[in-house]
Amino acid sequence: MRETALKLAAAASLLAGLTTGAVAQQKTVTIGVSIPAATHGWTGGVVYHAQEAAKQLEKTYPGLKVVVKTSPDGAAQANALEDLSAQKIDALVVLPFNSDELTNPVREVKKGGTFVTVVDRGLKDTSIQDIYVAGNNPEFGRVAGKYMADTLKTGNVVIFRGIPTVIDEERVTNFEKALEGSGVKVLDKQYANWNRDDAFRVMQDYLSKHPKIDAVWASDDDMALGVLEAVRQAKRDDIKFVLGGAGMKEMIKRVMDGDKMIPADVSYPPAMIATAMTVTAAHFFTNAPMRGTYVLNAQLITKGNAKDHYFPDSSF
Amino acid sequence: MTDTLLRTAAAKRMFNPDMRALSPFIALIVLAILGAVINPDFLTASNILNVVTRSAFIAIIAVGATFVISGGGLDLSVGSMAALVAGFTILTLNNGGAEISTLMLGALVAIGLGAACGLANGVIVTFGRIEPFIVTLGTMGIFRSLIIWLAAGGTITMRNADLRELYRPVYFGSIAGIPVPIVVFLAVAAIGAVILYKTAFGRHVIALGSNEDVARYSGVPIWRVRTLTYIIQGICVGIAVLVYVPRLGSATPTTGLLWELQAITAVVIGGTALRGGIGRIWGTVVGAIILELVANIMVLSNFVSEFLVGAVQGAIIIIAMLVQRSLQRGR
Repeated sequence: MRETALKLAAAASLLAGLTTGAVAQQKTVTIGVSIPAATHGWTGGVVYHAQEAAKQLEKTYPGLKVVVKTSPDGAAQANALEDLSAQKIDALVVLPFNSDELTNPVREVKKGGTFVTVVDRGLKDTSIQDIYVAGNNPEFGRVAGKYMADTLKTGNVVIFRGIPTVIDEERVTNFEKALEGSGVKVLDKQYANWNRDDAFRVMQDYLSKHPKIDAVWASDDDMALGVLEAVRQAKRDDIKFVLGGAGMKEMIKRVMDGDKMIPADVSYPPAMIATAMTVTAAHFFTNAPMRGTYVLNAQLITKGNAKDHYFPDSSF
Repeated sequence: MTDTLLRTAAAKRMFNPDMRALSPFIALIVLAILGAVINPDFLTASNILNVVTRSAFIAIIAVGATFVISGGGLDLSVGSMAALVAGFTILTLNNGGAEISTLMLGALVAIGLGAACGLANGVIVTFGRIEPFIVTLGTMGIFRSLIIWLAAGGTITMRNADLRELYRPVYFGSIAGIPVPIVVFLAVAAIGAVILYKTAFGRHVIALGSNEDVARYSGVPIWRVRTLTYIIQGICVGIAVLVYVPRLGSATPTTGLLWELQAITAVVIGGTALRGGIGRIWGTVVGAIILELVANIMVLSNFVSEFLVGAVQGAIIIIAMLVQRSLQRGR
């Protein structure tokens, strides 16, 4: 779905680009992209999609140059931003490590007249950004909760939380809200740090503690993998399915193949960086208005649409 | 510091047990009772076996850490080392067919690479004359980055499903009703205990940890003993990885995160002195089980909010240490 939408957007902008480009001189634009280095699965996916999108966009818009820089932490990213603005970039696409540390460095870049697109983690001062592209965390929880309520009707579920953050809090509260009024009850919730090993450990303990669990909201694909091993070891058949999240290729593959334990997934696509880059490039090469806020849907991925979310070459 | 070695005659020790050596075991029993009171499911065989099996990685690594720490050193790199060794082992396994020989090759790579990493740590500490804290903090970063680079930020997974099934019993199987990881860590601890308590090398480690200058004047080959402790640590990491890989069949950049702190905590709970000179292998094993047990009790309890689990866990560990100390004073 999302990929086709992207392609459509790219195609539309290409057409627009051709018509205007034919009249105007071919212009040169440099877009700097600053993202976290691949330190875990999801950011690994961000790096992959940023590099893919850079190649695609440079092909689509002759005259466009895209520079992708990865940084291992917030301070390094602040330095990378200085390096990028020294290269005279026309636009900056940034997925900040954290809001507090990077608001000022991004503001400095903006002061030089650079067009700024912020992705996923918002800055403290929203007036800096020209475009904001983000995933939808409350929606992520709501979609998962609704799926549980619709599929189970009644039953008991256990929740795996990630790392204590605003993101995690938004997801979990909205998941629980979506269950309200349904026959689905939450037995337990614990932090497993978006980590496979921790999820394995917590699931083993859940299995000792609760004699009947109908479904598991692992809330993340890495954690779902740990959960599945623990369930398999305990040979418990009361668990009907495990619902992960994010859209890791191994899990999407299982959904595609019709794995009974993994009937669905909820997207939180690292490819949102590609969305941001595409929109930013379109701002320079088309006449369509692009400034604004783009919130990507957290989509329910089922057997029917799984292939649109499957990127076998990505590391994530 | 050498009190355990020289202070009391063997016969006297038998009637007057060393409370410092016993206190981790007492803490373990107290915790088990606490767990049973909190949730009756705690004492089911499956739960106890789960917990002890899970503690295997930390226990095996901590046996190695007992050598390093009682010899007056420190190794912060073990968690990253475990991740790197796991990554390399899986890559090796992915190159072979679903045969026992592939697994043997993987085992060789795991233990060889672990030993090599340990050797690097040991040589830099001894010949470079740099604080082990700094050296292993550096290698911790190096090993961690290498695994992230190898995995390109993603996951290194065992691709051959048949090989995975063949390897799976190493974590999930059992010998005479005892899960394999428990058998492995008991064997590692037994060998470690023999080396530390019964060999000249073991006594050299303790001597080195007690007082380096005295050890040097007494003719202990300082650099060799110290380097060997780091190699033993590396081999232990290799063995732990061999038990770890079949569980989830993958290594990620977050594999082994903070294992170094858990291993050091297990060693200290077990009664080994952080400043060196006293080493207790069996205490270390109990320490690792206690750590895992505390986490298990937290999940099984119904009255601790998930937001406060960390605080309660920390408090239990501190209280357990206070109880141990008071037992020692009370004798």
